[in-house]
Amino acid sequence: MSNKIVLGLVLGGILGILDGLTAWFTPEVRKDMMSIVFSSMLKGLLAGVLIGVFARKVNSLTLGIVFGLSVGLLLAFLVARFAVHDHYFAIMLPGAMVGLIVGYATQKYGVSSQLQRA
Amino acid sequence: MKFLPDQVVARLQTEMQTPDLSGTRYRPLKFLAHGGMGTVWLVQDSILNRLVALKILAAENSSANLAARLMQEAVVLAGLEHPGIVPVHDAGTLPDGRTFYCMKYVEGQTLDQYVSQLALRQRLLLFQRIAEPLAFAHSRGIIHRDLKPTNIMVGAFGEVLIMDWGLAKVMGTTGLSSEGKEVSGHVMGAIGLSSIAKHASRHEFTRAVQDPLKSGALVPENTLATTAHGTILGTPGYMAPEQERGDVTLIDQRTDVFALGSILHYLSREQSGVPNQRASRPLQAICNKSMAWEMSARYPSVQELATNVGKYLDDMPVSAYRENIFERTARLVSRNRVAVVLVLAYLFMRLLFILFPRR
Repeated sequence: MSNKIVLGLVLGGILGILDGLTAWFTPEVRKDMMSIVFSSMLKGLLAGVLIGVFARKVNSLTLGIVFGLSVGLLLAFLVARFAVHDHYFAIMLPGAMVGLIVGYATQKYGVSSQLQRA
Repeated sequence: MKFLPDQVVARLQTEMQTPDLSGTRYRPLKFLAHGGMGTVWLVQDSILNRLVALKILAAENSSANLAARLMQEAVVLAGLEHPGIVPVHDAGTLPDGRTFYCMKYVEGQTLDQYVSQLALRQRLLLFQRIAEPLAFAHSRGIIHRDLKPTNIMVGAFGEVLIMDWGLAKVMGTTGLSSEGKEVSGHVMGAIGLSSIAKHASRHEFTRAVQDPLKSGALVPENTLATTAHGTILGTPGYMAPEQERGDVTLIDQRTDVFALGSILHYLSREQSGVPNQRASRPLQAICNKSMAWEMSARYPSVQELATNVGKYLDDMPVSAYRENIFERTARLVSRNRVAVVLVLAYLFMRLLFILFPRR
């Protein structure tokens, strides 16, 4: 089982890419697909690292989920804030979901580095 | 002829059985249980001011041979220091000449009483705790040979204790009969209330079948220091085939694995409010493997059985059952229920965004 930070990175990255790809279904932003997918992946990676580090320090499923949700919401808010189009809801809700999933997964499945060393 | 009323007879019997504890540190308080060779009394230890249980050889069984057996049981129990095994505090001879040993007084319920209101998961967690002291005893070369729900106590704080080691077998000791001949040419010994001679009558065996709690009643006075080949010891329903055949040469820890499998079977079927409920296939497979007719087909150790039950509890594959692709998928989904729900919720949300895009 991978360590919590790596798990957060992988999961955040994959979900970020998926998140970005769904922009295809919004015709007005389709022309910016590449940058959307890339930035969404970066957002996912950043969220994954932060949530993974938190999971390594704090061993609590509830706190992990709350932290993941918060990070996901915050990063999604920042993306939505600087987006050309007004898509707060369409960006923030999936962002929050991604944070929640990564928060849960890193608490539940990842192995902390201390345990790995042991 | 005039007969005495039953109550009077019972009273007289109790008086006769009441041990003479004068001059000892113990004060009799209450009769607790009756075994084949002796009785168990709740007594007050006047020096340490605590309640303890005394197992005392019955007056009619007070031969030197049986006294030695009871003492040997105490010695073996004293050597098994484990939280799941009743500790022995003292042993000796009472003023009336009867052998006794003093052990912890366990307040609680027998397993069959305790589990009646428990869900399957709690029962299986309890089962794992039953296996711990047994595995410990096996590591010390002791085979219980009489495991059954009534011989397992659950204390007031949920502690599990395995009782009645009277039929226990000590592995790795050379057994000699009272005639000085090696018994069946194998290395083993029997302790405590354990042995019955190969000549034990069918009538005596039937008594044990009728009242498994008193299986010790099978022990005749002229028993050997070890269990002779052909001897039948144990409780029907929990006895391994080799035990039923009286094939004492074959008895090892897998004999207890069989009994433990029977207990697991009992725990998995007799659930509260749902009598004779069918256990799930992996759990049934664990029971079947534990209770296999051939010893070689059983789990080689109690730990392995307990590990498999633990895997079942954790929704992991168990070695006793080969699952198909559907069962494997169902188990994985069940094991990662929350993660699956979260991912499905995410996908559902994404689908909604695709189907109902904002204009």
